Amino acid sequence: MKKIVIVGGGTGGTILANNLARRLAPELKASEVRITLLSASDKHMYQPGLLYVAFGRMSSQDLYQDQASLLAPSIVFHVDPVKTFDMDNNRVVTESGVSHDYDYLVICTGSRSNPESVPGLAEYANHVYTVEAAEQTFKSLQQFEGGRIVIVTGVPHKCPMVPLELTFMMHDYFRDRGILDKVEFYYTYPIGRLHSLENVGKWAQGEFDQMGINYETLFNVKEIDGQKRQVHSEEGSIVDYDLLISVPPHNGMPVILENALGAGGWIPTNPATLQMEGREKVFVLGDTTNIPISKAGSTAHYEAEALGENLAALIRQGSMVRIYDGKVFCFIEAGKDRATYASFDYKNPPQPQPPTQMIHWFKLAYNKLYWNSVRGLL
Amino acid sequence: MGTPKQVDARNSFCPGPLMELIAAMKMAEVGDELEILSSDKGSANDIPEWINKVGHALLESYEEAGIYHIRVRKTK
Repeated sequence: MKKIVIVGGGTGGTILANNLARRLAPELKASEVRITLLSASDKHMYQPGLLYVAFGRMSSQDLYQDQASLLAPSIVFHVDPVKTFDMDNNRVVTESGVSHDYDYLVICTGSRSNPESVPGLAEYANHVYTVEAAEQTFKSLQQFEGGRIVIVTGVPHKCPMVPLELTFMMHDYFRDRGILDKVEFYYTYPIGRLHSLENVGKWAQGEFDQMGINYETLFNVKEIDGQKRQVHSEEGSIVDYDLLISVPPHNGMPVILENALGAGGWIPTNPATLQMEGREKVFVLGDTTNIPISKAGSTAHYEAEALGENLAALIRQGSMVRIYDGKVFCFIEAGKDRATYASFDYKNPPQPQPPTQMIHWFKLAYNKLYWNSVRGLL
Repeated sequence: MGTPKQVDARNSFCPGPLMELIAAMKMAEVGDELEILSSDKGSANDIPEWINKVGHALLESYEEAGIYHIRVRKTK
């Protein structure tokens, strides 16, 4: 029997497991293949929904479904996260002490926000990367009666559209409350334009100029002086704030660091095959890779589709059939009721179109369709 | 002096070469040398601009076969 072990039950791991269950249905039925998914939680969170929680437009309960309910019945699922990766012996050992041998291993443990890595950020800045933080951000926005809102972005971070989306959505939120004239926005960004993607940055600059949103680029947050309500940048700027909104820096998961699989918790990964560098039978998906690509659910989704095809081919014919081309598709909320998108790959940059209400509606629909997506139905 | 740690940001639109370099510099020690590889023409300008603004040492910048090589030493 060929054994595939998937470590991590987020977007990438769940889509991959279901994809393989569909592709390898005959082999699973004949007990020639076993797919095991090991996760840290019995719940699955729709992480992009956190942005909407921060504006009171989704509740935290809307973000979760039972992980088991998302998986094909043929998948063996355990809530028992991996503690040790013993790759020389093709096995992993879980926190409960169970050893799982594998023929192919897929690591997709994800990333976590790490506001504690910047002095003062955890204490004084709001963010939207946990349920508690998103709910607190909504409270902070509700209580805000005017002043200067500063947006800071750490490096690296998950979902590169969030700094822009937060800014656009706050703009419309305060317009609806009738206090937009009392709010000054000051958007900062680590590189020399408003977004990583050059074309998205150009588009955002036009929107910001029209909305009267101020900005400073080449601004990497160094520390927060909560007493003086000031942000200090690595580049020497000091910016005053009344309300501080952050996209915190992210790290890979502790188990990746504890097993010395990659600096920062990011595993060195081949961008085309998604194989871990130096390990033919180990693959990496989603945020966990060190590939210079967006850390986003969309990335994990497209990677999982490619890897599912390759793992099925490896089982059946002993060779891979497809390369991952770097495909990513990201919605960009441009306010409360309009949106655009960025679609790109390793070779082709995005060409964002003017935002429309229809794309916003499609994004809202996708917030529900996600559950079919991870089940492998989309 | 050892071989500089290489940051391969070829074919990266998002987060892009400069963001990759900033992330790598955060993990580096003062005195470490890094070399970033980029296929983005804009990197030849915006990476040195950031290095100079933040105060690290720009050691070398050149283009070879369409790939931009920029070498930097972390100074603080």
